[in-house]
Amino acid sequence: MECGVFFTNYKADMALRRKPIQKIRLGIFIAFVIIFPFFASPYWLNLANQIALATIGAIGLNILVGYTGQISLGQGAFMAVGAYGSGLLTARLGVPFWMSIPIAAFLAAAVGVLFGLPSLRLKGLYLAIATLAAQEIVEWVVVHWTSVTGGVEALVVPSPKLFGLRLNTDFRFYWIAVILAGLTALFTANLFRSRVGRAFIAIRDQDIAAEVIGVNVYWYKLLAFATSSFFVGLTGALTAHYRTIISWERFTLDTSILYLAMIIIGGLGTINGSFFGAAFMTLLPAFINNLGRSLQGSFPAMATMLPAFQQAIFGLVIILFLVIEPEGLAKLWRNIKDYFYVWPFSY
Amino acid sequence: MEKFLQLTISGLSNGMVYALVALGFVIIYKASDVINFAQGELLLFGAYLAFAFIAQLGLHWTIGVLLTLLVAVLIGVIVERFVLRPLIGEPIISMIMVTIGLSSVLKGLVNAIWSPVPRRFPPFIPAVDVYIGPAVVSADRLVAIGIAALLLILFTLFFRYNREGIAMRAIADDQQAALSMGISVKRAFAIAWAIAAMTAAVGGIILANIVGVSGDISLLGLRVFPVVILGGLDSIPGAIIGGAFIGLLEAYTGGYIGHGLDLIVPFIVLMLVLMVRPYGLFGKEIIERV
Repeated sequence: MECGVFFTNYKADMALRRKPIQKIRLGIFIAFVIIFPFFASPYWLNLANQIALATIGAIGLNILVGYTGQISLGQGAFMAVGAYGSGLLTARLGVPFWMSIPIAAFLAAAVGVLFGLPSLRLKGLYLAIATLAAQEIVEWVVVHWTSVTGGVEALVVPSPKLFGLRLNTDFRFYWIAVILAGLTALFTANLFRSRVGRAFIAIRDQDIAAEVIGVNVYWYKLLAFATSSFFVGLTGALTAHYRTIISWERFTLDTSILYLAMIIIGGLGTINGSFFGAAFMTLLPAFINNLGRSLQGSFPAMATMLPAFQQAIFGLVIILFLVIEPEGLAKLWRNIKDYFYVWPFSY
Repeated sequence: MEKFLQLTISGLSNGMVYALVALGFVIIYKASDVINFAQGELLLFGAYLAFAFIAQLGLHWTIGVLLTLLVAVLIGVIVERFVLRPLIGEPIISMIMVTIGLSSVLKGLVNAIWSPVPRRFPPFIPAVDVYIGPAVVSADRLVAIGIAALLLILFTLFFRYNREGIAMRAIADDQQAALSMGISVKRAFAIAWAIAAMTAAVGGIILANIVGVSGDISLLGLRVFPVVILGGLDSIPGAIIGGAFIGLLEAYTGGYIGHGLDLIVPFIVLMLVLMVRPYGLFGKEIIERV
């Protein structure tokens, strides 16, 4: 329990950062994020960009799965819609990137509503299977609708141009990615201070009770799907412009599972957790690669086995986190904060 | 007419392999309410184990098959004890993710130990062509149908008449009541996973005989969802009928319509079934209206 913390007006009570220590931590983090690209190597900048993009997607997914309790295995499809939508708009129709990205994200939101229609009748496992089926169908459409998407061939997307400046370096893209990630986090934090957010949480906790007290469960479920898919589609669109070449293999069921793993390892229902999970799941393969490469001298067979090891360790990490700490990295962070908060009087 | 017969036979044989995979799935769900996303990978592991014993170590196929089944049972028990038991009572998304993690681990292990290149499996079921009327089907597919049918009948009887089988159904119905009657839930879960791993191994061996070993075998795990949803998640006869239906549907779509639609038709059927009758043809009806 916090003691010595009191507020004299509603605005202070409802603030996102209430205690001074929280504001100091946030300030340090923002300062680090701003200074980082100036002294980071290109390798780390690349990783940072990937983390920022993954954070947007993870936050989006957390809105649906963590806060509203609807299990969805369709993120790969939403990312595909966002990526191909924005890519095709810029490559074929010449729409400027700052317009094509929102359009693609809204398109993904529309597809999200379509995916969410089964949620009106299904819960839990059956909803997960329905979204799995929808994911497979969208994947199939992307591969087979060759006239629009080019089928199994990769789509080349021109790198984005903002105010006449080509955003084709990691350094320049970093700012867009980080600003959008920050805005997403801010939007989500405010969403869950609002009526809509509370409705989402009510649906997760006790949907029948929520319906009884007047929350229109159907409408809010669809809204959750739409909002979540918007952000996941945004991630897809940004990925398309970042990598400038996309193919369907980037948006398969494995992608959906990767994002689910991110939020489960990070912590369901928290924004911190989305960021931690995204960072963890992006850094893990890089770490394994480095480990494999450094061991290659003494263990030459490692090179061919590396992708297999990555897969196995990915699964192992998920299992270990679920068995040992089901609430994820966000809970670990909370434990650390609490320890220092009451130190030395932890009893 | 001949094409129709040919498609029917090949569709049925595919369907029976699906039913075999679905069987393991349904048994785990019947006993412990857990959805096993790793069923396809258990199939894969069984196939590669058989490959290792028979092709790489050169054992006779009977010994190889027996050893594979033993190792599969062991894997099932280990998975249940160390991965599923700590998660009893956790929300369903944790269950789903842990079995997905398990599927990743198994796939990674298979790729690490035996590289993912498709290999030729020394078939011990002779692939002679058998003529049924004007249609030709290879004997290994018929054996697949036969074994699948046998196992399915066996397990239907197991769950209906055997004490352990009835105990498992009791646990699936109401765990607390079963515990208070003295039924050992832990043993039932272990048996369920062991049986599921074993049937997956059998399915993997059959598939290896027909198409050889490769990483694609695990993709069958995805096909099992339309089958079990159509048949009902906790119904073994449903697995048979669902498997046959999906197998036939795929065969006819591929034969008469083509365009790669046969890959996606099962999932469209899955969506339709979920919207109209989520518990499938023979599943238990659990209706919660909001």
